[in-house]
Amino acid sequence: MNITTKSLKHCELVSVTGRIDSATSPQLTQALDALTKNNKFKIVLDMSGVEYMSSAGLRTLLATQRQCRRYNRGEIVLAAVPQNIKDILELAGFTDIFKTYDDVISAVGSF
Amino acid sequence: MRTQIFLADFSNLHQMREFVAQAARDAGFDEQEIYAVKLATDEAASNIIEHAYKEQQGGQIEITCQVHSDGLAVILHDHGLSFNPQRVRKPNLRAKLSRRSIGGLGLYIIYQLMDEVRYQSDPETGNVLTLFKRKRGDE
Repeated sequence: MNITTKSLKHCELVSVTGRIDSATSPQLTQALDALTKNNKFKIVLDMSGVEYMSSAGLRTLLATQRQCRRYNRGEIVLAAVPQNIKDILELAGFTDIFKTYDDVISAVGSF
Repeated sequence: MRTQIFLADFSNLHQMREFVAQAARDAGFDEQEIYAVKLATDEAASNIIEHAYKEQQGGQIEITCQVHSDGLAVILHDHGLSFNPQRVRKPNLRAKLSRRSIGGLGLYIIYQLMDEVRYQSDPETGNVLTLFKRKRGDE
């Protein structure tokens, strides 16, 4: 798994590539925690390069969303989610909790 | 039938997924079904590592794949602590963000993705979790 973080004018763009499972999710948690600890609560997660995600990834996303939404200070939104991962988000009832956008540009534009 | 033994460690999850993916591919499953078999196996193995072995080093998970005419059986065998699947609470998928609990989600995903889930536990021979995925078109 590879993670890059970029500060944009109105939000943070986090791009993840590879596989998110119980072995790698702590790395993603760390990257997202680093942002929220720095009071960055508007986050776009670019998932176009994610090949695979288990419930370990869902757990990370849920914890981050809780941090971001607190006091209405922001949120984490998902961009370019591959279909098989979208299916699991739906299965797990996560589509109400996370806004998803077809591409990074529209996700960034939502802030 | 093919069997492989893996060390019960999160770092081996990828190899476990690839092992069952190959069996699913050979059984003629499509990409979506292969993804489902990989994910269900990952969730099951992650639960074994986390709860049965309590993330202690040295435990093993033996995975067996059996191709049947109507689908694929993935059998996970471990010697960790047993659990009662009936006692795992179903996650409330409609709960608000602040009340959403992540516990039980892995098991819920397994039940949603697989057509049959069986669990047997024996103090001497260990725990056996059998996941069966039916091939589409055979339903």
